Amino acid sequence: MTVLYTRLARAFGAEVPGLLGFLALVLVVFGIMAPNFLTAANFGSIAFQLPELGILTLAMLIPIISGGFNLAIIYTANMAGLTLAFVLNLYGGPEAGVLPFVFGSVLAIGVGAASGAVMGLVIAYIGAHPILVSLAMMIFLRGLGEFLTKGGDISGFPPYLAVLGHGSVLGVPVPLILFGVCAVVWHVLLTRTRHGFAARMIGSNIRATTYAGIHTKRTLTLIYTLSGVMCAVAGILMLARFNSVRVGHGEALLLVTVLACFLGGVDPFGGFGRVVPVVIALVVLQVLSSGLNLLGANQHLSTAVWGLFLIAVMVLRWGAGRYRQRKPGKG
Amino acid sequence: MRNFLRAYPTEAKLLAVLILICAVLALTSDSFATLGNLTSLLNNNAVNVIWAVGLLVVLIAGGIDISFAVAASVVQYLCVYAFAAIGGGNWGIGLLFAASIGAGLGLINAFLIHQFRIISIVVTISTFNAFFGLLMFFSSGRFLYNLPSWWSQRVILWEHQSPDGTWSEITLPVAVMAVAMASTWALIRHTTTGRQLYAFGDNAEGARRAGISIGLMQAIAFGWCGAMAGIGGLMQAHITKEVVPNALVGRELDVLAAVVLGGARLGGGRGSVLGCFLGVALVAVTQNGLNLLGVSPYAFKMVVGVIILLAISTSNIDLAQILAPKRKGRE
Repeated sequence: MTVLYTRLARAFGAEVPGLLGFLALVLVVFGIMAPNFLTAANFGSIAFQLPELGILTLAMLIPIISGGFNLAIIYTANMAGLTLAFVLNLYGGPEAGVLPFVFGSVLAIGVGAASGAVMGLVIAYIGAHPILVSLAMMIFLRGLGEFLTKGGDISGFPPYLAVLGHGSVLGVPVPLILFGVCAVVWHVLLTRTRHGFAARMIGSNIRATTYAGIHTKRTLTLIYTLSGVMCAVAGILMLARFNSVRVGHGEALLLVTVLACFLGGVDPFGGFGRVVPVVIALVVLQVLSSGLNLLGANQHLSTAVWGLFLIAVMVLRWGAGRYRQRKPGKG
Repeated sequence: MRNFLRAYPTEAKLLAVLILICAVLALTSDSFATLGNLTSLLNNNAVNVIWAVGLLVVLIAGGIDISFAVAASVVQYLCVYAFAAIGGGNWGIGLLFAASIGAGLGLINAFLIHQFRIISIVVTISTFNAFFGLLMFFSSGRFLYNLPSWWSQRVILWEHQSPDGTWSEITLPVAVMAVAMASTWALIRHTTTGRQLYAFGDNAEGARRAGISIGLMQAIAFGWCGAMAGIGGLMQAHITKEVVPNALVGRELDVLAAVVLGGARLGGGRGSVLGCFLGVALVAVTQNGLNLLGVSPYAFKMVVGVIILLAISTSNIDLAQILAPKRKGRE
């Protein structure tokens, strides 16, 4: 048992065993309380609900690791979705072929990257606080989106998009595959590349990183650009899932993504954070929500439980930290 | 004048920009520089200023509060039920009750932050979710209209009929705003506690070693913010004559943007009441001006976003340096 614990902790981060324990606890409690909780149908629905929140959380993760924030993720995703929707409508809406979809997706990712890059440039070269810059970007993008759509929604997309939103390959939902790919890419980026290392260093101590010879300004710009790209992926997925685009779709997820990051053990001050615990934290949140749903509680109670759950986890971490500090002194 | 520029560089720039915008609007629109328009601007933005000065104290103390707008909604609901229970009430009881409930909710944040050493953004995002989820759960999203008459009736403190027959008036929220501003100014500028708040926000560890009680500082900052949130909520319900559980969600980020625009620093130790007022005023006047110039309301937010981005981007330009006479040689 201890061997397993240290192995897990060493391979994926110190948060993983604890979070897996929480997950097991939640599964057991709901498995006993809700009769149809441990069914394939329930896990299927969890697998379809998780990816949107998951990809948005990945978009939030890298800026937080670099000691920043990106409050504009939801509206960046919406704008990317809008771009794709405009292109599809230009090519005949429901009759649009696959080529316009590819073209539109590339444009959408370009829009996401561009909005991220602007934020990154302002943060890196002017030195403004990321919360403020991304907040301004969020207000701007929300305004731009409302201006372009007049607050309405755009729908009428080709039927093959349903595969992306609701299809399965070998029993695995397509959105989940997309999320899995994104998570693996992010994991590799953060743990195996120069850029990921530089991002973590910047989160720990940006000045030391500069003195170490890393072009921190370029790295910061790239961090927010990548975050924007991930938002665009989420935007495309949301378009396919809801079969419509409206500015403000997913608004409520903004703070939940931050919550998931903190739950996954990402340091709020930056510098430390890994993809695997965050993904597990996401699963815990989603399982909590669906379990409460099966027990007859509504989405709002889940929101409250998520908040209380994060507080509980932070308090437990505080307790664990004190326990660890005290132990060597006593022995 | 130069002292003002040196002590309040951001506020001075903001004031210059605000005067410029007002001058342009006065020249291009007939209805901007009228008593009626200016008083209605004051009436409509009083609540934002009340929240802004509350949030200011938290920002000065080096924290951040995401939960105050939701806390204001909670206060509104509790007020409706409490006043029904005591069979009416009046403004004195109402203000006292709203402020104490708000302060209580703020103290929950302060307790979690101080006792368990959790960073304020994590705590307030958790309490945001917890407060909002519980409020929506217990209220089932119902609107409340049965406010006591003293609460929902407009209180006009000053009115004036101009020669062309239009009325302009100052209502109760403006007076409350003035009191909130004056008391916050007195607290942060003219008490030992206020100086300690600045010191604590600038360097928490330094302040602790200088003998300042950290827990007390957190309690005062978040308690004050909560009390202002509660009073703001009471005023908001007074203006709209109804209580809607999700009406105030999202306002926290707008207020945050205005406060930081006004020179408060994320990270603590800097900010002023004047800056808060100017920050809210800049956003309000811009929206009002766009409206009077016949710009589509959908574009308002977009322009506000651009203005905030521009304001941040130019925030490193030092006016005092430019206006100061050139020094001859080195001193």
